[in-house]
Parts: sequence; structure tokens; C-alpha cells
Amino acid sequence: MPADTALPNPAGAAPAGGRELIRLDQVTKRFGGTTVLDRLDFTVDPGKHVTLIGPSGSGKTTILRLLMTLTKPDEGTITVDGEQLFPASEKERREARKKIGMVFQQFNLFPNMTVLRNITEAPVTVLGLSRDEAEVRARELLDLVGLADKCDARPTQLSGGQQQRVAIARALAMRPRVLLLDEVTSALDPELVAGVLDLLRDIARSTDITMLCVTHEMNFARDISDQVLMFDAGRVIESGPPEKLFGDPEQERTREFLSAVL
Amino acid sequence: MSEISPGLWGILLHGVWVTVQLTVFSAALGAAVAFAVGLARTHRLRIVRIVSGAYFELFRGTSALVLMIWVFFVVPLTLGWQLVPMWAAVLTLGCTYGAYGSEVVRGAVAAVPQGQREAGVALGFTPAQRLRKIVLPQAWPEMVPPFNNLLIELLKGTALVSVLGVGDITFGAQLVRNATGRSAPVYSVVLVMYFVLAFLLTRAMRLVERRAKAGVGRGPSPEPAAAAQSGPDRRRDAAPSASAPGGAS
Repeated sequence: MPADTALPNPAGAAPAGGRELIRLDQVTKRFGGTTVLDRLDFTVDPGKHVTLIGPSGSGKTTILRLLMTLTKPDEGTITVDGEQLFPASEKERREARKKIGMVFQQFNLFPNMTVLRNITEAPVTVLGLSRDEAEVRARELLDLVGLADKCDARPTQLSGGQQQRVAIARALAMRPRVLLLDEVTSALDPELVAGVLDLLRDIARSTDITMLCVTHEMNFARDISDQVLMFDAGRVIESGPPEKLFGDPEQERTREFLSAVL
Repeated sequence: MSEISPGLWGILLHGVWVTVQLTVFSAALGAAVAFAVGLARTHRLRIVRIVSGAYFELFRGTSALVLMIWVFFVVPLTLGWQLVPMWAAVLTLGCTYGAYGSEVVRGAVAAVPQGQREAGVALGFTPAQRLRKIVLPQAWPEMVPPFNNLLIELLKGTALVSVLGVGDITFGAQLVRNATGRSAPVYSVVLVMYFVLAFLLTRAMRLVERRAKAGVGRGPSPEPAAAAQSGPDRRRDAAPSASAPGGAS
């Protein structure tokens, strides 16, 4: 792995002892003839906020989808909190998956349920909470995201920004250890972006949840990240704290990318 | 039509009742078949898809009339027992229209956005829970209009049972014509009878459709009073201004 050993501070910088929460070992993912991820290694420590940046098609979103088990790696192992996601049986994967939550670009709220039900359904069905417990938890979360009055609304009655905040509440209701954020503001009208990002900053500050974030909002990435990984062609070409990576990138490719998006 | 005595009218009206029964029973069987076969055709196991696909092709490609005659007259020769005509008819119609319905189910299920399933995976639902709580409730409103068409086809298809001697409307009409020797008035009345039944079905399915759409947040809410009260309010709330950071930050 010449490209990785060249990094001054490999992502996560976990000690060999392995207290890391997320670990990818030699993960390769191909779509048809294209190699999207090429023998990727990285780790994320508990409580850290890691942002993945890079040109589109560089494999950032694929990493989130692999961690959410929405797609399978062709090679390599992925471990979350000591439990293996790949390779593993479907049953083991379902257990490990409970530690991971995801917020999607397109929100993906369930239109056949009210806002409250969107948030309570999985805690009741998957975690076995009583409906009352789940509703208490859901109302707290709706309060947190500023939508306490929308319990009985349908997702279709909400703006994009409101829907995304409900989706964040829905993911948090499962009390995941890891929250995956996949370009969560890309589908929003520009004036709605700030509200969602402020909420995520809040959550990043006030909880110990580990975040893995794919975004094009560089200011947001700078604010919340402990670590930024620059992807290109399925590999991490540079990683480091945001001040370093945004302020004084080492790789020419990173500089090009940043000057194009900033 | 004065030559048609009250007794003969009675035969026709009894026929209406038999036709309604046939439609209801066949539709119930057909719906069960449609969901079972339709979902099997989207199953992740190839063998399940092949078997259910074969069922669909087999029943789509055979004539319901011939099949009905076959079930009633040929099956007994090989198996040694015979279904009563009514159930032979229901079995044939249910299996045939169920095959058409499976295409409706398959299409509607496939039309549910992939993101909905992915959100279900992300929340830890099992495949069966995803199907029951997310996919089917969203696919259902898409199924209702084509199911309405099939139901009306089925209603008219029940006329085939007269070949087995089941006393439906069409069979009644043949009896009355034989008794009076007059075709025009009898068959005119029978046409109207089918039309009225089909029209009633359509109205009922419109209601079902409206409720189904309200169930996924499209169209008016099922309770008109609540909708009138909260409709405009909610719309105002959904305006972008309400989405400013607000209490969130």
C-alpha cells in the first residue's frame, strides 16, 4: 500500500491495539469493469467526526453504502465496534447494523406514515421498545430538531429541510454509535441548507456519536471534522485535520479539488 | 317486455345474485393469487421467480373458457372426483385473473423507490418487515386502478360459467329466452344489468383508491372535516420560511 504508508497520519490514526470503532481492511469494490474502491484501509475512532471529500465517482458514497450494508465489497473486511459486517452471515450483519444509522440525500421518509410514526416504527419493531417509550423518545428528538409541532403531519406536507430534520431524528431514535451522512444537504433548496447543517453541528458538539460524512459543504466539513479524507479514484490520497487539509494540502490533486469547490 | 312473467324475472334476479357471488369469491381467490405470485416474481431466489413466472405465463396464455371446461370435465376423468360447477368456475377465474393481477402487484412493488427499501435496511428492518410496513403500503395505491379494471373484466368473465350450467345472469337469460322465444328484450336487460354492476364496482373502487392515496399522503385526507380544517394550515407550514433553523440551533 505505497499510497497509504506515505500518509503522515493515516485516517483515524488508531493504535494497533484496535480500539477503533470502524475498520476497513483492504476493501475493494467494483461496479462492472470500474474499480470504485481499491484495496482501501482506514479506521475511525469512537466519537470522531470524519468527512470524506473528493471528486464525484471517487468512492466516498460507496464507503457509506458499504458500512450501511446496502452494497457488498468484492474483497476485504469491514468491522464496526468489533462486529464484522463483511464477511458475515445476514443475521450477524443485521445485529451489527443496529449500531449504524444513515441519513440519505433524498431523505427517504416513509410517506405512508406520519412524522411520529416514521421515528417510532423502527425502535418498536427492531429494538423492541414499547410504543409509549418510543413516542417519548421521538418527541424529544422532534423537539431537538425543532419540529415538535409536526408529529401528526405527513412527510409530503413538509419542506425538504423539515423532511431532512425528521430523517435525522429518525436515525438518532435508534441510538446508533455511528451516523452516516450521505450528502444530506445536496437535495435541499439553498435557503434550507443552513438549518440542517446547524442541527448537525449541534449534534456533533453535544453527543459522542461517531460521524462519517460525505459532503460538498466545505465550511461545514471544516467546522465539525476531526479528520478529513481526500479521495481520488478509489483511494485516500491525503488525510489530516481540517486546518491542515484545507489550509495547507500536500497533494497537488487535493489543491486542485479544493480550489475548484471552495 | 310484458311477456316476461314475474317468475322469469325471478330467474334473472337470482342470476344477478349468483354473478355477484362468483365475482366476490373469484376476486378473493384472485387477490390471494395475485399477491402470492406477484411477490414471488420479485423474490431474491431465482427458482421462486422461475416457478411463479411459469404460473403467470401458463394462465395468461390459456383461454379461461377452455380451462373452465377442462377443470370441470377433464380433471374428473383423471382424478375420479368432480368439483361442483360453482367452485370449478371460481377456481378457474381466480387462478386466471390472479395471474393477470400478479403483473399488477409486481409492477407496483417494483415502482416503490429503491431509497425506501434502503431506508428500511438502514433502520434494521428484516426483508419481511420492509415488505409489510414500507413497500406494500406504498405500492397499494398504484395497484387499485388496474385492479379495478381487472375486477370489471372478471365480472364480465363470470358469464363464461353458463357453459357449466351455473345459473348466473347469462345462464338465466338463456333460460328466459328459451321460455319466451324473444332475444332482444332479454339480452338488452342483461346488458344493462352487467353495466350497472360494473358501474357500482367502479364507484366502490374509486373510494378505495381515494383512501389508499390519502394513506400515503397524496390527495385529500380520509376525514373530510379534518382535511378542511388543517389543509391550508399545513400547506402554509410547509413553506420554506418555516424551515429556517428555528428551534434546532
